Amino acid sequence: MSLVRKLAIDRQDILGTVQGFLRSILTLEDIAVVLAPRRLAEKSVVMPALITQPDCLSDADPLAPAFFLNAAQMMSRLTRRPSGQKIAVVLRPCEIRAFIELVKFKQGALEDVLIIGLDCLGAYPNTVYRRFAAADPDGSTLRFFFAALSGVSETVEGMELASACRVCEHPFPEGADIAIGFMGISPLDYLLVQGQTPKADAYLAQVKLEPVAIPAGRGDAVASRVSSRVQARDAMISRTHEATGTPEKLAAYLTGCINCYNCRNACPICYCRECVFCTDVFDHEPFQYLQKAGRSGSLKLPADTVLYHLTRLVHMSTSCVGCGQCSNACPNDIPVMELFRATARYSQKAFEYEPGRSVAEPPPMSVFKEHEFADVVGLKGKT
Amino acid sequence: MAEFEPTIVAFVCNWCTYTAADLAGTSRLSYPKPVRLIRVMCTGMVDPQYILKALLEGADAVLVSGCHPGDCHYINGNFKARRRIRLLKEILSQFGFEPERLRLTWIGASDGIQFAEVMREMVSQVKAIGPCTASRLAA
Repeated sequence: MSLVRKLAIDRQDILGTVQGFLRSILTLEDIAVVLAPRRLAEKSVVMPALITQPDCLSDADPLAPAFFLNAAQMMSRLTRRPSGQKIAVVLRPCEIRAFIELVKFKQGALEDVLIIGLDCLGAYPNTVYRRFAAADPDGSTLRFFFAALSGVSETVEGMELASACRVCEHPFPEGADIAIGFMGISPLDYLLVQGQTPKADAYLAQVKLEPVAIPAGRGDAVASRVSSRVQARDAMISRTHEATGTPEKLAAYLTGCINCYNCRNACPICYCRECVFCTDVFDHEPFQYLQKAGRSGSLKLPADTVLYHLTRLVHMSTSCVGCGQCSNACPNDIPVMELFRATARYSQKAFEYEPGRSVAEPPPMSVFKEHEFADVVGLKGKT
Repeated sequence: MAEFEPTIVAFVCNWCTYTAADLAGTSRLSYPKPVRLIRVMCTGMVDPQYILKALLEGADAVLVSGCHPGDCHYINGNFKARRRIRLLKEILSQFGFEPERLRLTWIGASDGIQFAEVMREMVSQVKAIGPCTASRLAA
């Protein structure tokens, strides 16, 4: 177990303290850049930004309840070939897990990366966040922080967190090199900084922080948050199964889908470099649409919606980390996160696979064993 | 009302099950007409999307059939197919597709008799559960 350190909170300014810590990481000799959520000129937008100037970190806002995209996709762009420089990156727990999946798909690398994760209080959907932050962008983060921290309530100031965050059972950055914790510390006058890998310990040794014992209340705070989320998740999954349990119900569930493929673009796991749905394969001849309409009596256009979502489920459900960016990106508010997570739960169970848990665990479709799944062979199986 | 004649799409590998089907034919064994064979080089090349598309476009059931474990001409294509079928079955069952709608079997090149039996059994199972309604979705 590596050393736990104490990051004292300066004059109750939690955000400033986190920014200060990032500044001390950025000024370390071999860290060239920090990728962190940054409040941009349009103040109710927080986007990942590559920051090389320590001064620019004063706009970094890793605690904002904003989650405009899953930054694992950006990390893939930054690491799929060596850049020759080391990057420190602040990611949410679901972004870390997605990035680990991408590394396993050989679309990213961990070698030159120092991952910093924080306890996650969740985020609003993009449209809600802009309303929440509009009046007071600079103060909004801490308003949210203290309100969300005080309970496990999933509604802050009358606005609901993103559906994915309300059912997220991984609000702690297990896969980070450096984990920064604040849940279960009372009074909150310091943050926990924990090196979780040998790589992190080498960096943390250069940052002057006092060692500290993990406070007694932390374990309970972690356990109670996880257990209430697991409950919410299971309820969501059974509701979704109820709503999609037959081909007809599934089609009805997806009936608002306009095949914009936003859920695919927003998905950090959708790994194909070229999507089959954008190729000639789905460039049907006009007569084929008419033929299909004739067969069913009516054909919803655009067509192939159910086939698209089922195909995507085959590709991503074993690796779905539940970040909810699919629902965030859907223009017609189809609860796609619920559909994908509900299916993913069973796909992952079938292969005893937990996405993002470890780079050493190969994705289920990339390996096989000689003796396995005997029950799927033959005409007798009941599954 | 005419008796329900199921449509079965069977993806069969060139080296084993297709050869078995050929043997069944040259041995003048009969098997049900509604089976449409699609010859592929290996079950390992059957993209799950082929199966989904078949089920959504009119097949009442899909069979994937290849070489016995250890006999694959591409060493391990059938093992990869088995994982994909496992995953597909998991996904399809979430949406109410019965297990009989997707089957995987190993039928070796010399198993002409077994081929005909598997086809008859599969047709009778699908007749029992009735037509797949997914092809009539207006989606």
